[in-house]
Amino acid sequence: MNMIEVRGLIKTFAPDIQAVRGVDLSIEAGEVVVIIGPSGCGKSTILRCINLLEIPTAGDVWIDGVNLVDQATDLDLVRAEVGMVFQQFNLFPHLTVLENVTLAQRKVRERPAHVADEVGMAQLHRVGIPDKAHAYPRQLSGGQQQRVAIARSLAMDPKVMLFDEPTSALDPEMIKEVLDVMLELAADGMTMVVVTHEMGFARAAANRVAFIDEGKIVEVASPSDFFDNPQHDRTRAFLDQIL
Amino acid sequence: MPPASLPAAERRRSDTETWWNRFPWWAVIIGLFIAFMGLKIITDDDYRLAWFRIWPGIWLTLYATIAAFVIASIIGLAAGMGQLAQNVVLRNVSRAYVEIIRGIPMLALIFTVALVVVPELSEWVGLPNRVSPFWRAVLALALIYGAYMAEIFRGGIQSVPRGQLEAGRSLGLSRQQTMNSIVFPQAMRAIIPPIGNDFIAILKDTSLLSVLGTLELTRNARQFTASTFKFREGLFTLSFIYLLLVIALSLLLRRVERVMTPDRKGER
Repeated sequence: MNMIEVRGLIKTFAPDIQAVRGVDLSIEAGEVVVIIGPSGCGKSTILRCINLLEIPTAGDVWIDGVNLVDQATDLDLVRAEVGMVFQQFNLFPHLTVLENVTLAQRKVRERPAHVADEVGMAQLHRVGIPDKAHAYPRQLSGGQQQRVAIARSLAMDPKVMLFDEPTSALDPEMIKEVLDVMLELAADGMTMVVVTHEMGFARAAANRVAFIDEGKIVEVASPSDFFDNPQHDRTRAFLDQIL
Repeated sequence: MPPASLPAAERRRSDTETWWNRFPWWAVIIGLFIAFMGLKIITDDDYRLAWFRIWPGIWLTLYATIAAFVIASIIGLAAGMGQLAQNVVLRNVSRAYVEIIRGIPMLALIFTVALVVVPELSEWVGLPNRVSPFWRAVLALALIYGAYMAEIFRGGIQSVPRGQLEAGRSLGLSRQQTMNSIVFPQAMRAIIPPIGNDFIAILKDTSLLSVLGTLELTRNARQFTASTFKFREGLFTLSFIYLLLVIALSLLLRRVERVMTPDRKGER
């Protein structure tokens, strides 16, 4: 069984905006899949359907063999296994960095405070900002905030990490520090689905690149095939625009 | 050769440059009024009589304020949450309550609630004893401010960006856990200042309860002026007491606001 299995995914927003129009995607454990496409093509919606932040209009989503669309599935249990990193970081501004990283560990994983702190600090070391543990998010730069957001997800020991344009809200000089953390994560064998406009990251880290347009997957290929030898006119036109 | 610079007297100046422009004269005016009233009460027999006849009402005023505030907060929280609930009935009942209350003048509502709604409701649920006039008055005020507070709670909760909820849920926190640990603490920052304002507003509006015969400050003042015909003394003293109360409360609330936002400390 694949780690992530998306079949026949359709998402329609009221009244008749069809964001996703039938997507199938299978992702193995340890695979890094980068999703690219023009803005408004539905790539973020696909990602948000993978942890059911959006409820699919039709289709199924399995994470590690559990169907999320099934009403009997405890979504909170599944979501604890699926980390999500947002474009706008979404750190909790009223909590310190360390509290951000330990909150869900304590409430969901029910780890005692000292264990949660230990795990939290280890993850802050991993993303390179242990010295900011007791600062509040607003005292951090955008790049630092996003790295905390990654640490916050990693502290839950997720099976899967989803990234929704993690560098799009960052100043240019901060993009690299976030991508470096993500590259390391990919090298460590994390299963990752990344929506991004960073083609350099896609080339360096992706096992497969999926190009989405108008709510459908146009093309999926290895990065070298995808960038050097795209099969579809639409893909070629898109790559011409951005490369 | 550049033209000569203007002499200081002819130069245009920014309004904010002079101390007398920025000085809080308003505080001096209030201070003078307080000093004047204090002096009057000490030196003038009529004012002193008014003071001693009116101020005992302060206890009932404060009691009614606190009781109405506590009940209104509970109603407001319930109705505010109700408006955001997923349950259709809850949502619409809350909305109707808020809209009805906000659409009727306060004095009309106080009469209606205290003289009709509460007695008939207590009869309907089969309460053996009649609800006392004081509590009828307090309930009327609480029911009114509950609706205003509902809007504050709703607005406060909605002021927390949706991404916060999504971040919490995506970490595996339940809806309730996310509300308790993430949304409410942040909503409180938006809620506390206007709730504080409502506390002061309730204090002032207990004055309206005098029409129901509650022996609070305003009722005392009316009785005093009716029996002595010393309107100026009685009403000035009444206003003076309210003003002191409100100023004291405002200062207190400012402190509370500061204590309730610890994550902002780093910036100060």
